[in-house]
Amino acid sequence: MTEREERRFAEVPRESIKLMAESTGVELSEEVATLLAEDVCYRLREATQNSSQFMRHAKRRKLSVEDFNRALRWSNTETVCGYGAQDALPFRPLKEGELFFVEDREINLVELALATNIPKGCAETMVRVHVSYLDGKGNLEPQGTVPTAVQSLSEDLLKYYQQITRAILGEDPHLMKVKSVSHDLDQLNRLLHMVKSLVQNPYLYLGSYVRSLVSSVMYCILEPLAASINPLNDHWTLRDYAALLLSHIFWTHGDLVSGLYHQILLSLQKVLSDPVRPLCSHYGAVVGLHALGWKAVERVLYPHLPAYWANLQAVLDDYSVSNAQVKADGHKVYGAILVAVERLLKMKALSLTLAAEGGCAGLPGTATGAVGFRENSLGLSPPPEPLSEPPLGIASHLQAGGAGCPWEEWTPVSLPAMYCELYSFFGDSLAVRFSTDPPLGGAPPSGSRQPLEGRKEPASGAPNLENTRKMPQLTASMNISPRQDGSPCMEPQPPSLAATVPGRSLARSSSSSSVSRSRSSSSRPGRSTSQSRDIFPKARFPLPQVGPPAFSFIIGGRQMGRRCQGRRFQTSFTPTPPLTTLPPRAYAHKLPVIGRVSKPVRRWTCSHYSLHLPL
Amino acid sequence: MAAVQDAPMELDAEKETKPEILSDGTSNLSGNTASGTLSSPPLTAGGAPKQEDQQTLIAVLQFLRRNKLTESVEILRREACLEDQEDSQTLDGSGGGKGDGDGGDANSLLSRVSIASAAAPQIISSTSMYDQPDVSVVLSAYSQQGDPSLYQVYYSSLKNFIESVLDCHRAELSQLFYPLFVHMYLELVYNNHENKAKAFFEKFSGDQECYYQDDLRILCGLTKKEHLKGNEALLDFRTSRFVLRISRDSYQLLKRHLQERHNNQIWNIIQEHLYIDIFDGMPRSKSQIDSMSGSFAGETRREVNKAKVFYGLLKEPEIEVPLDDEDDEAENEEGKPKKKKTKKDSMGSKSKKQDPNAPQQNRIPLPELKDSDKLDKIMYMKESTKRIRLGPENLPSICFYSFLNAYQGLTAVDFTDDSSLLAGGFADSTVRVWSATPKKLRKVKSAAELNLIDKESDDVLERIMDEKTASESKNLYGHSGPVYGVSFSPDRNYLLSSSEDGTVRLWSLQTFTCLVGYKGHNYPVWDTHFSPFGYYFVSGGHDRVARLWATDHYQPLRIFAGHLADVTCTRFHPNSNYVVTGSTDRTIRLWDVLNGNCVRFFTGHKGPIHSLAFSPNGKFLASGSTDGRVLLWDIGHGLMIGELKGHTDTIYALKFSRDGEILASGSMDNTVRLWDSMKAFDDMETDDFTAATGHIHLPDNSQELLLGMYHSKSTPVTHLHFTRRNLLLAAGAYNSQ
Repeated sequence: MTEREERRFAEVPRESIKLMAESTGVELSEEVATLLAEDVCYRLREATQNSSQFMRHAKRRKLSVEDFNRALRWSNTETVCGYGAQDALPFRPLKEGELFFVEDREINLVELALATNIPKGCAETMVRVHVSYLDGKGNLEPQGTVPTAVQSLSEDLLKYYQQITRAILGEDPHLMKVKSVSHDLDQLNRLLHMVKSLVQNPYLYLGSYVRSLVSSVMYCILEPLAASINPLNDHWTLRDYAALLLSHIFWTHGDLVSGLYHQILLSLQKVLSDPVRPLCSHYGAVVGLHALGWKAVERVLYPHLPAYWANLQAVLDDYSVSNAQVKADGHKVYGAILVAVERLLKMKALSLTLAAEGGCAGLPGTATGAVGFRENSLGLSPPPEPLSEPPLGIASHLQAGGAGCPWEEWTPVSLPAMYCELYSFFGDSLAVRFSTDPPLGGAPPSGSRQPLEGRKEPASGAPNLENTRKMPQLTASMNISPRQDGSPCMEPQPPSLAATVPGRSLARSSSSSSVSRSRSSSSRPGRSTSQSRDIFPKARFPLPQVGPPAFSFIIGGRQMGRRCQGRRFQTSFTPTPPLTTLPPRAYAHKLPVIGRVSKPVRRWTCSHYSLHLPL
Repeated sequence: MAAVQDAPMELDAEKETKPEILSDGTSNLSGNTASGTLSSPPLTAGGAPKQEDQQTLIAVLQFLRRNKLTESVEILRREACLEDQEDSQTLDGSGGGKGDGDGGDANSLLSRVSIASAAAPQIISSTSMYDQPDVSVVLSAYSQQGDPSLYQVYYSSLKNFIESVLDCHRAELSQLFYPLFVHMYLELVYNNHENKAKAFFEKFSGDQECYYQDDLRILCGLTKKEHLKGNEALLDFRTSRFVLRISRDSYQLLKRHLQERHNNQIWNIIQEHLYIDIFDGMPRSKSQIDSMSGSFAGETRREVNKAKVFYGLLKEPEIEVPLDDEDDEAENEEGKPKKKKTKKDSMGSKSKKQDPNAPQQNRIPLPELKDSDKLDKIMYMKESTKRIRLGPENLPSICFYSFLNAYQGLTAVDFTDDSSLLAGGFADSTVRVWSATPKKLRKVKSAAELNLIDKESDDVLERIMDEKTASESKNLYGHSGPVYGVSFSPDRNYLLSSSEDGTVRLWSLQTFTCLVGYKGHNYPVWDTHFSPFGYYFVSGGHDRVARLWATDHYQPLRIFAGHLADVTCTRFHPNSNYVVTGSTDRTIRLWDVLNGNCVRFFTGHKGPIHSLAFSPNGKFLASGSTDGRVLLWDIGHGLMIGELKGHTDTIYALKFSRDGEILASGSMDNTVRLWDSMKAFDDMETDDFTAATGHIHLPDNSQELLLGMYHSKSTPVTHLHFTRRNLLLAAGAYNSQ
């Protein structure tokens, strides 16, 4: 006990006493030094104990130098001056010899006295009063303390937890729940970044907590935040980032969240099919689907598109001033959908090609899917599960969920059919081109815009501009400002397609491998394979270099639209060969609104923009 | 000791004798202790043998004589009728001389007597070091010794015995461990067996109860006889006997064991240094013992808390209150209340009948009510009709007064009763007063300007104020050390502040200047508090005494001595007849203002006490300490009646709501907690048995009693106050670190 107790105190060894005595020129015998050392220790302890009462009465937790000096003064001992400063005093060892000392820097008093940068006086002490708790309501649960789930953590983890909560919430103990920060974009952003680092921490086994992480990320994606009302708030970025994060979670922790995948698809679908939800939620659903991979887009978004299109179109067609804000949001959604389906088409084409190639290797079915998945899912796709499963597996899951969508009759739509249908919606906006399809529409510029804010989800920004400009309804009435400042310089059409010819032939040669898709793949995707490898991936993503420079031109300038508030933009176009005939429009007769789409599109693209050169 | 019946006269007499001693520059700690015993023989007043009393008196006389206070000597001698004995004793003492130290085997009582008498000549002879005589008195009790190497054997044989007895006795007898351990250790140290002392400490310190850790830490650093001399805490451990309460059965068991084993060493220590309070009946359980122990000097002796305490409230003066339905103008016109009118609508219903537990109205002379006081009383009654009735379902709202930019320097806060002013004491020696209402603080005009004022005008009170000085806050400069306590007078005209510089200052809130500096403590003054009727105030400090002052006397009227360590906080009883003090020795004492006696002595806290609060009806007391617990006491019965656990750090603020239904506690852990005090008081069972024996069994129901917990934003709660309408005000300094 004594040993232990003694070790709690600093001991002054007799060697130190001797050294100190020598420094003042006194020679001490061993005996005297020992006695002195003990006495010094005792006196020091006594003074320390006495000083603590000054601390207690000053209602502080920290013992200050002043307290110690007071204790010394009251015991008639000379006080130690010069250590009252608040900054920590470094305790340094001397290299030669075991000597430790407190660094004592010399201060040039003259300099100090003549200094011109006189520090400002401390702020005046003041009192502020505020009502903290009205009628003592609603505070029975401990707020500052950690939730019960956290209390069982080990010390290290608890520290980690505290660091995290502090990082997210700052020092405010009242904000302990995600809900309470739900409408502060900054805090949500911080929360997302924290989730990201949690997910990325290789030393942390998240276990079942991934689910709660996913749920908070989903919240960020889908929730119609209060901040969304103000167009100046950039909640889109938040949603984009959250979607990216979602895919990241699925990519890295697929094993933990496999069950969640369908649940999430279901909830995204529910949001999408709910017309009452605000557009920003829809946008979140679309980017979320996009983030979950092209399969998700194919299975949820694509079948849902016809129904949703009508709603969106209605919004976009409304020109009233009061609708401007909503319309802007609508464009945003439109852009997100566009990006999603473009990717869908591309990936589908790619998978078919690979399937074809895989067919040569002798394993047509699952291997194809797996390979195709590997190829395309770099960073933005769910775990292998959706592909390794038979296609109807997911559908059946969703059926069980009772989604209002025609899942029952879902069958993999063949690529050409899908393309045709999508083209009927988007017209020339679709960046993906399959040139072998004879009736493909006029060369649309596949463009992208990159606002200077630096979007995290690049694709989302791209179509945004496009629909401002290229939605057929906009042609005449909207002032399409980009045209004015960015010169639509035309480039001579290079013989780009020459390069694709070998690829096409290759695809053709292997076309017979797939049973269901043989027809489609035989004629068209062959070319798209090479295309997508050469041009489209680059064109689709907003990276500055857009395909071979020869193909592209760039429109840059300041967007003057009401929504964009003078945002800078830059658009890259990659012209593709024009097509002479209209694509078949499967939905044209069903949807009167869309019926109008066909003509203006062509006229507009050709006459106004002339972004393509007839071959 | 001088029980003069007429209070004012007595106060004067007291004033003349004692302060002189105290204002003597040499009065160091031991001096204060001595003079303290003069004013009120604290613990020993009731049951101690008469002889001991005389010894004390003689020692005091010697002290006075040494300091050439002949007048005081005369007075004391006359009052105590001591001449003969004292002289003879002195002679006897000088004859007996210092032979005492060698007379090892003298039996305990005899040795004490001779020691004390031996002390007298020593006092006279030694002039170099003032505390020497007392120290030798105390320590010479250790001079007789057994074989130091056998101490461990003695102790461990006792330990083995206690561990082998029946469970019911073990808990009781285990109380012996700590005092025996300390005494034996000190005895070894005193006799220069340093290594043996260390070995002894090492072997047995682990057995002690955890709440004694702080003491053990002090002890373990102490290994030299020289150190003993300067250590006041241990001096007190010697002077006061450690009190244990043991049932008769257990005691017999112990006695038989010690006699069988001829364990004289331990028996001697028990005889000399312990006071065993034997009671008949069932031995107490471990939890019962633990709830009462922990103090520096053991438990309370039963007879100490037997004295009658008049805890009832004084009768309210009869003031005719304007009826509620009268409108405001009428009320202003009738602002001057007529005294001596038969009440027909008196609000203070409780004051109509004399409370049987209340003291005589004039037991303590109280100042006459001024007109302004009456106005204030009327305001108070009006407000109290609008008071929110609090309860478990109806908790108060809390307003927090945050001190910003205080740089960790806020040391004390007080509100006026009507919540209109707020005072803060700071570590930089300043006192600041803020107005908590939109009304700004103004000084009175200077004398020259006052001469120009028309004194007959109606608004003369308004005219005397200097508009130019209006500001939200005023700084009061005068102290030369941190201000540890502030207290407003009930009429809001004065402010008291106590400081590290050893003074208590009285400030005028009309001129915002210092009126008086009360000197007497000579050491840091930790706390001060105004009487609820004004005029008197109490202060307590590092010199281990509390002093009662009147604002118009520059010297104290009473000195309450008896605490074994610093008096950390002081409060007046609502009826102004009693003063309660909390101390670093972990005890609470209630003192009678009239005669200076200690009438209640509460033990049970395990750490220094930093906050005290009386319930508004005067029946109960709440105390908070560094151990984070609030204890509730019944003053009438002298019992602990509740323990409120929950806080995790020192409790610096306690306050009952105006009706006494809610107890609010504020702590350094940045929380305010509300407790259901009504339930706590009702739950206690005070049958005759518990009242007679003081053996309470506390239910552990802190969680049920906790009504709410409220966090501040990194702001320790320094002060709590209920407004007259039961809004809770809390104050503290925001701590940015």
